Amino acid sequence: MTAHSWEKVMSQTFTLGIGGAAGQGVATPGDIFALIFSRRGLHLNAYNAYQSIIRGGHTFLTIRTGVDPVRSTGDDMDLLIPLNQDTMDRHLRLLKEGGACIYNADSVKPGEAAAGVQLCPIPVSQLADISRNKVAQNTLALGASLSMMGVGFHVLEEVLKAQFGRKGEAVVNENVSIARAGYEYATGKFKPFAKALPMTDTRYAVLSGNSAMAMGGAAAGCKFYCAYPMSPSTGVLHWMAAHGRKAGIMVRQVEDEIGVINMAIGAAHGGVRAMCATSGGGFALMTEGLGLSAQAEIPVVVIDCQRAGPSTGVPTKTEQGDLWQMLGAAFGDYPRVIAAPFDIGDCFTLMHEIFDVTDKFQVPGIVLCDLLLAEGRLSVEPKLLDFAPPIDRGEMITSNGQPHGEYLRYKITESGVSPRAVPGVPGFTHTVSSDEHDENGVLISDEYTNHAKRRAMMEKRMRKMVGVEAMVPPPVLEGPKDADVTLIGWGSTHGVIREAIEQLAEQGITANHLPIRWLVPLHGDAILDLLKNAKRTIIVENNYSGQFARYLRSETSYVADGHIRKYDGEPFMPHHIAEAVREQLAGSTTLSVPTHEVMV
Amino acid sequence: MATINMAPPQPLVMADLKGKVDPDWCPGCGDYGVLAAVQKALVELQIPNHMVATVSGIGCSSNFPGFINTYGMHTLHGRSLPVASGLKLANHEMTVLVTGGDGDGFGIGVGHFVHAMRRNINLTYLVLDNQIYGLTTGQTSPTSRIGMKTKSNPAGNQDTPVNPLTLALAAGATFVGRGFSGDQKHLTELIKQAIQHNGFSFLDIFSPCVTYNHDNTFQWFRPRVKKLEENTSYDPGNWIAAMEKATIWGEEIFIGKFYETTAVPSLEETEPVLEAGPMTRRDLHIAPEIAKQFVEELM
Repeated sequence: MTAHSWEKVMSQTFTLGIGGAAGQGVATPGDIFALIFSRRGLHLNAYNAYQSIIRGGHTFLTIRTGVDPVRSTGDDMDLLIPLNQDTMDRHLRLLKEGGACIYNADSVKPGEAAAGVQLCPIPVSQLADISRNKVAQNTLALGASLSMMGVGFHVLEEVLKAQFGRKGEAVVNENVSIARAGYEYATGKFKPFAKALPMTDTRYAVLSGNSAMAMGGAAAGCKFYCAYPMSPSTGVLHWMAAHGRKAGIMVRQVEDEIGVINMAIGAAHGGVRAMCATSGGGFALMTEGLGLSAQAEIPVVVIDCQRAGPSTGVPTKTEQGDLWQMLGAAFGDYPRVIAAPFDIGDCFTLMHEIFDVTDKFQVPGIVLCDLLLAEGRLSVEPKLLDFAPPIDRGEMITSNGQPHGEYLRYKITESGVSPRAVPGVPGFTHTVSSDEHDENGVLISDEYTNHAKRRAMMEKRMRKMVGVEAMVPPPVLEGPKDADVTLIGWGSTHGVIREAIEQLAEQGITANHLPIRWLVPLHGDAILDLLKNAKRTIIVENNYSGQFARYLRSETSYVADGHIRKYDGEPFMPHHIAEAVREQLAGSTTLSVPTHEVMV
Repeated sequence: MATINMAPPQPLVMADLKGKVDPDWCPGCGDYGVLAAVQKALVELQIPNHMVATVSGIGCSSNFPGFINTYGMHTLHGRSLPVASGLKLANHEMTVLVTGGDGDGFGIGVGHFVHAMRRNINLTYLVLDNQIYGLTTGQTSPTSRIGMKTKSNPAGNQDTPVNPLTLALAAGATFVGRGFSGDQKHLTELIKQAIQHNGFSFLDIFSPCVTYNHDNTFQWFRPRVKKLEENTSYDPGNWIAAMEKATIWGEEIFIGKFYETTAVPSLEETEPVLEAGPMTRRDLHIAPEIAKQFVEELM
């Protein structure tokens, strides 16, 4: 996981937002800002709020940057670039004193801004030939913004050359000249931002959670990836498709998610590390396959990027609503592991850990991600993207070097793990089966349905969880032990809870944090031990029913004192959690459901 | 991953292919004949059994992998083709046979059937077609004839049966044939050709259910089946002729190789990732200079 030292309070940040209709070109200036920040030693965290349409509607990209790792996109904004009236109307209120709004004077009317907010109209048609360049307003705003941030024009010029280089010199020159016009116009007209963002020679890598999971899988030795496109997991497929041939990974787009998981299981049985990714709906189709993986003891890694459900739900919005689907996926009892990454860096790191566990114990492994991380972007130290992690594939038979007796694919062992022979090895032919089977793979229904054999095989498989629990680290309580309140979260809320705790500290409330990364195995006893001296516990999660709270209760009988939940499709902002904690400490409620104040 | 030490070459004999248990199909079931034909074909082709994988779905005929000594996978109902595709792509040096019934392949698994043919992976798909659901004790299957009375259609089936051959031809299969469990010699030859075909080969094999299908019995098929090969002017390279022959059903039902094209490359041939050999024997780590490029793209 990305290292954040607890003591270090996040220093000053700068947040900008660009919004418009889908197709208006929000992405390109966003990418350029991200490159400029990350190439000059600034960390960033970005989140794009959008609708499930290709053209039109409203899309709003938030980029927050700062010297330290940026844990969330924050509460408010320093710079707003509304590409249309709608964005101006929705987001101007987020600007606080010292902030600025750069907009097209020809087409957007300013709204009522807070005191101390600078309105910066750009006469777009005077500065650029808008009949030739449809996105001139974006480029002018980009130039103007960097001027006001005090970034030298050469920095922008360099990035524009890289961005548009492959489109030819004419396109580069046109964009550079438009950007320069915006830069120069702003230099004379508008007041620079007072916030200083020190820039250094350090460079960070910027990536989405989807890219991070794909790269993490590649680094972990995944040699087979297949998927059916489904938002918000499609980015994993896109990375794999673009890099598979170079990386030596077989990448296939399959007809449906049923085909996907079964193909991945077939490949895994062939001896490769195999994985696939989907969202809740696709995962629902995969569930029978998950049971096959467990019963036939063929390891496979499945990524679920949660989106707001049920059914088609809100395809472009985030939620942590799939936990119980993961816990209950496929009928019957079987061993599985489930882990939820804390942040985008962790999306990379978690992959080799979960591949090792699934391989060693020959069980299905689920990475429970969500749209916030999958499609968000984060800067990370490039050295975090370690492509040579240690790999432990467990007991595999890949050669027939040693003489042996009858090979028992499902040999009953103390650990529950039976050495796995890979097809192609002479002398180890056997059949793996979704039917209950004996140690040698023969279906128990083909002899006689033998209850003693069934029981022994059931216990063998389930015994693996003892080893899994020993291999997987228990959760850690972060922050002061004697805090007023303990916030419990899982997966992607890690950063925003940590930031809320900083806000609470400023208000004189001490809080600590119990973030859960491994959901199965949960380490219930360790959790109870960590919580035994907690003064007040509050579980924070992005769903309606408190899925983790219910799970914790079912596993440990532990009942938290309060709950903070959000299920409107948007992620938590730090102040949502801080305000809810204050409300609960004041005794007014034990269930807070913060309102997302901005219509994104 | 360690390399595989090849066993000293010894001729493969029928006894090598005997499974750990004897088949528990009903006495007289058509599936026995198909199993024997597959074993004979492998012996005649001398493919070492550790280089063969038999992958099935669920159903009577899907118990096949347990009755033959190869690497076997007994998967989920309808899902044999995706599993087999994954296995083949992980180790394309294996000969991968896929077995199952008409319910498994043309009912619950028909989506995968169509897409597997589009992909043209070098698999041999043998459907043991008995025109009934056997393991669930006799319900209408996708190939049951109109009017056939079963437990799920006591008044007679109302749905038009699937024609597996025309479906396969339309989906772009590069090898399409039909066999009959009652003609061992012909079936063995057909299976050999299907295995040797480069690309996806599909055989619909009449494998009568002696317990639940009282319409399409061995006795019913025997006088009707006619071998395409007996007509020396029949050209299996002619797709339209194959379509025409495949639609004939009644007093005359053709068996044999309906269609084969070698003009379409298999996926294994067109996929550059496989140029370096089977995926399963690759170095797990990505070359450092490639990994470095991947990270630099993000900076």
